[in-house]
Amino acid sequence: MTDGVLPARTGRSTRPLLASLVGVNTMMQARDALWGYVFLLPWIIGLVVFFLGPIILSFLLSFTKYDVITPPQFVGLANYETAFTGDDLFWPSLWRTFEYSIVVVPVGLFGSLLLALMLNRGLPGTGFFRTAFFLSTLTPAVALALLWSWILNPDIGPINVALRAIGIPGPGWLADVHWALPSVILINLWGSMGGNTMLIFLAGLQGVPQELYEAAAIDGASGWARFRHVTLPMISPTFFFNLVLGVIGALKVFTTAFVVTGGNGGPNYALWFFALHIYQQAFSFFKMGYASALAWIFVVILLAFTYFQVVLSRRWVYYAGGDE
Amino acid sequence: MSEKVFAERAARAVGVGRRRGVGDLLLYVPLIIFAIIFVFPFFWSVSSSLKPPDEILSFPPTLLPSVPRWSNYVRVFERAPFARWILNTIIVVVLATLGAVLSSSLVAYSFARFRYRGRDLLFMITLGTMMLPAQVTLIPQYILWSKLGFVNTLLPLFVPQWFGGGAFNIFLLRQFILTIPREFDEAAIIDGASRFHIFRAILLPLCVPALMTVVIISFIANWDDYLTPLVYLNSEMQYTLALGLSLFKNYPETGGEPLQHLLMAASVMTILPPVLLFFIAQRYFVQGIVMSGIKG
Repeated sequence: MTDGVLPARTGRSTRPLLASLVGVNTMMQARDALWGYVFLLPWIIGLVVFFLGPIILSFLLSFTKYDVITPPQFVGLANYETAFTGDDLFWPSLWRTFEYSIVVVPVGLFGSLLLALMLNRGLPGTGFFRTAFFLSTLTPAVALALLWSWILNPDIGPINVALRAIGIPGPGWLADVHWALPSVILINLWGSMGGNTMLIFLAGLQGVPQELYEAAAIDGASGWARFRHVTLPMISPTFFFNLVLGVIGALKVFTTAFVVTGGNGGPNYALWFFALHIYQQAFSFFKMGYASALAWIFVVILLAFTYFQVVLSRRWVYYAGGDE
Repeated sequence: MSEKVFAERAARAVGVGRRRGVGDLLLYVPLIIFAIIFVFPFFWSVSSSLKPPDEILSFPPTLLPSVPRWSNYVRVFERAPFARWILNTIIVVVLATLGAVLSSSLVAYSFARFRYRGRDLLFMITLGTMMLPAQVTLIPQYILWSKLGFVNTLLPLFVPQWFGGGAFNIFLLRQFILTIPREFDEAAIIDGASRFHIFRAILLPLCVPALMTVVIISFIANWDDYLTPLVYLNSEMQYTLALGLSLFKNYPETGGEPLQHLLMAASVMTILPPVLLFFIAQRYFVQGIVMSGIKG
């Protein structure tokens, strides 16, 4: 990475001390480099105070018992032990989060791709449809949750009224143990399918060279074959980007479930997701040490998922520009 | 066959649209269905927000209010300190966005135009912070703010934005500055301009489209943010709109009046600003999202 950016290392001994400290050759360049550091300063402070410091602190806290008021007490691995063996909500909240993600990620991705494919035909009125799809993403998450708990109202919500009109008794949706999770999945799909993911797919689709489609058509490829052998490989980097972001976003599910249940996790903990579990431990029970341990388990899970996706991507992502 | 291809290519070259078949016309069916699915909830909330309380509970529900009751919107302000929440939200959004724009552009300038030890490593770390779940930094940050005595103030909501403005904004602006020819800087250096002058007088004006993107993304992110106010704010006069709206349901009943119409009126007012901003600056917004996805 640094090759070609930093000058060759020969002649190090003849360089002024300051210049070699900042990794350049002459005093002129060193003065320039110092300006670089000056402009970077806000971010260096921000990085230390709001990211690196907190990460280290939360790692240390995860080995303690700490309620913010009394000083932290070292407890060794006890928090991690509690999480894996002594916490009745740990595994269920983790599984619930996976259950949610395993539906939301693929349905969301293919839904967004489908919407993008329809918009990509460039029919008259495309701008209108794109904006209509995108509106839902602009809705603040809280308003989204309130809007949908009203629409899914079991008695007078329009969905159950419509179902009743055709003779189907509608479920209790968010109030029902079995329907709460599907309801939140529905709400969040509606709130994200027409959003950034779709726009990124649309840009990816527009980047596919027309010549490839023409060549495929000359070879007699059908519509499906063109999609399968031209479109899909050409947009696979876009797909990969959306997949990684989609998985991270899904595992972090929080606001919708928090607002529709008032933070209590819904009927029989049906909406007690992992991020909510961390939040409750930290800010309802003030178990900062335990919550930090949970947060670190969460980080490891997110990193593991991302790592596996990067490894697996070598099998299916095609970069037209060669190795990037 | 190839004649057809040639004809199509020629047609495109002279600006004639793609040939439309029956298939394209049929495409309007799913497009319209999806548009209804995406727009109906908005329609329903606006319609509910204008209904009188008895009509909201009437069965079967009516699609439109018999007489639109605009006073619902006034009632929202009487019922809860809604005006105060709007003011708090505006303070947070304006100060956070200003901080993000100023500091992220300065940092992006440093990453894009200077050569120094550790630059590339720091840039990689910057990108890495985007992956980090908020939960892991939230707890220590909360402890920090609580030790400083600033819990239940608006400071934790916007001050961090003044220190770099977040990895995404830095990344976006760095990519943009890299597309501006270095010759512009070099010409100014020969004329004796300082590094800061180059930033302010040459690069910033050229960066306006990217800065607009940062403004919009930052505005919407801060307007929508729920977790941060939820953690830091605990008295109702400090609430932001998002937080107040979620607790609106809990406001004491006055004379057993049902709340749903007021809740929907409050929701509509919360949704409106980001939507309006999007319509005004759609071009920049879409560009920014797309830029982040393509040049990854």
